[in-house]
Amino acid sequence: MEGPNVFAARLFPQDNFFVSGHRACQGCAEVLAVRMVHQVLGRNTIVASATGCMEIISSSYPDTAWAIPWIHVAFENSAAVASGVETGLDILMKKGKIPRRRIQVVGMGGDGATADIGLQALSGALERGHNMIYVCYDNEAYMNTGIQRSSSTPFGAATTTSPAGKQSQGQSTWKKNIPMIAAAHNIPYVATASPSYPFDLVAKVKKAMKVKGPAYLHIFSCCPTGWRMKPELAIAIGRLAVQTGSFPLYEIENGKLEINLPTPELRPLKDYLKPQGRFRHLDDATIAEIELRVQAEYRKLERRQGQVL
Amino acid sequence: MEKRIGLEASIAVAEVVGLCDADVISAYPITPQTHIVEHLSEMVADGELQAAFVPVESEHSAMSVCCGTVAAGARTFTATSSQGLALMHEILFIVSALRLPVVMAVANRSLSGPISIWNDHSDVMAERDIGWVQIFAENAQEALDLTIWGFRLAEDQRVSLPVAVNFDGFILTHTIEPVLMPDRESVQAFLPAFEPLMRLDVDQPITMGPVGIPDIYTEAKKAHQEVLTQSYGPIVETLDAFAKSFGRQYLPVETYCADDAEVLLLTMGALGETAMTAVDQRREKGDKIGLVRLRLWRPFPFDDLIRAVGKVPVLGVMDRAISPGGPSPVASEVKATFYQQEQRPKVVEFTVGLGGRDTPLSDFDGMFDTLLAVHRGGEIPKPTIIGLRE
Repeated sequence: MEGPNVFAARLFPQDNFFVSGHRACQGCAEVLAVRMVHQVLGRNTIVASATGCMEIISSSYPDTAWAIPWIHVAFENSAAVASGVETGLDILMKKGKIPRRRIQVVGMGGDGATADIGLQALSGALERGHNMIYVCYDNEAYMNTGIQRSSSTPFGAATTTSPAGKQSQGQSTWKKNIPMIAAAHNIPYVATASPSYPFDLVAKVKKAMKVKGPAYLHIFSCCPTGWRMKPELAIAIGRLAVQTGSFPLYEIENGKLEINLPTPELRPLKDYLKPQGRFRHLDDATIAEIELRVQAEYRKLERRQGQVL
Repeated sequence: MEKRIGLEASIAVAEVVGLCDADVISAYPITPQTHIVEHLSEMVADGELQAAFVPVESEHSAMSVCCGTVAAGARTFTATSSQGLALMHEILFIVSALRLPVVMAVANRSLSGPISIWNDHSDVMAERDIGWVQIFAENAQEALDLTIWGFRLAEDQRVSLPVAVNFDGFILTHTIEPVLMPDRESVQAFLPAFEPLMRLDVDQPITMGPVGIPDIYTEAKKAHQEVLTQSYGPIVETLDAFAKSFGRQYLPVETYCADDAEVLLLTMGALGETAMTAVDQRREKGDKIGLVRLRLWRPFPFDDLIRAVGKVPVLGVMDRAISPGGPSPVASEVKATFYQQEQRPKVVEFTVGLGGRDTPLSDFDGMFDTLLAVHRGGEIPKPTIIGLRE
């Protein structure tokens, strides 16, 4: 694999199946991640999408940004719908009703659709072992409805339902660890990725395509609108999230944990929090408290490096 | 050749889903529906039916999986009851809006609370507006026949809508009755291979389930309303085709002893059979009583109902569900049917058999007496709950 820090545009897959003309905000790293994922997945892919930003911005009838088959049913069930598409194709091929060929089925949703309302449907699909990929595009809140907190919102982040105030430092709970919950289903492949590290992301999508059974990808998706930051900083913030240990890049292949971009020297958390308006209200003591927790979590991950979980 | 055998209604339904060569069954256990999907999973396990059985983690996912499998082009069956149907609620509207022809058996059961596993129609009545074709069976034969027919209608490209076949929990689902079980060849002759209107195909990519902005939402709803209303033609046509193939004729609205009746009682579902026995007994005594059996619930067969009632001046309506604070669902529909008609019956409302409350012949006698009293010029009584312990 190319070094995760190297990016040469010409080495990147060129065909787009999520095309321009969509209505995403300026600087949306989620839409960038969606495009990258589908550049790798290619033409023979069917997508089941949850309700959310990516659905709203890509499918306003009569327009569509999808050049591949795509279905949206509801908010909490994209994993179930994807598992149905996979099941349907598989049995039709077995019964000789459609030609046998490789078609990649993908379920996708934001962090709310994955970590909150859709967790049950996701768990069911992972447990049943469908041959599908589920991608969570994590922008750490309900952005589509106006920046409300989810269980994936990090501690201290101000959202419209976890506002900072005299009695509040913003989100009062720690980010739910969905990749590890996915891994606890003993599925063959789980990975975290970020569009700020495109070649790492490409490699992970490729691996997810190769495994037999469910693969889960959790992709960091910087949301300048919801995080109250400059759109041009989206990629930089994605890198800082990794470099500070806030969003480590790792994969769990057949149970074995591998940190893909080891960061023995974590950058000060302040570097990551500062440019984001959602953390503007935090005082130094709270930042120190968060940093302690973030770094402890990262060290915990380091200790499990190379281990079969 | 069809075989005459004794079968539990649930097993009969499962058997014909096999004869229909369903590709996928996606379901979650709930009483009293479970015998259907248990038997189907056995058929799959024994290799009698080549299908994928998806044992999902909830009814919400059962219906969501159905969306995916039908969108992929697979003939799909599911079954549920009560709370399960309620949990599917959100998705039911979307399945029909996406024109995905799922066939679902609904083993009708009351809704919580209090929790009750027993029979009434409160589950399906809460799903009136889901945009599905909804039909009721009276006995095991009808349950299996309407399931076969359900696939034919649902997959008819003029319709391409999901179909719910309702049959009463326990009093029908768990009853062993003699049935004529069709053979595989005649079912296959009646039911062509599933050719979906649209499917998720990588060679011809489509976007299914896009955002309906205000510019388009109204038109989308109009289209849905139209296709369901206009499914009436194909419904009658395919019921006739069923009669030609299998010799059993079903109609959107059927009657019993209605021709010379002075009063009529309208029933839906399995109580229709008890009602017929009750009518027979009263007819022997000379009372001119008849029945209207409403089989098709959606699209609502207004004209058939008007024809069935004709000039009969008194119509009792049996509801198996209540609408707290409002009129009971079937009575409400019946009144709406006749409101603009010059010739309209006096409508007497009965609520019957809630949550498994038994409805013996004596209860029918009571309802008939009420209807006859109204016929003799008595006042129309207020809506009454029959069999209430007071």
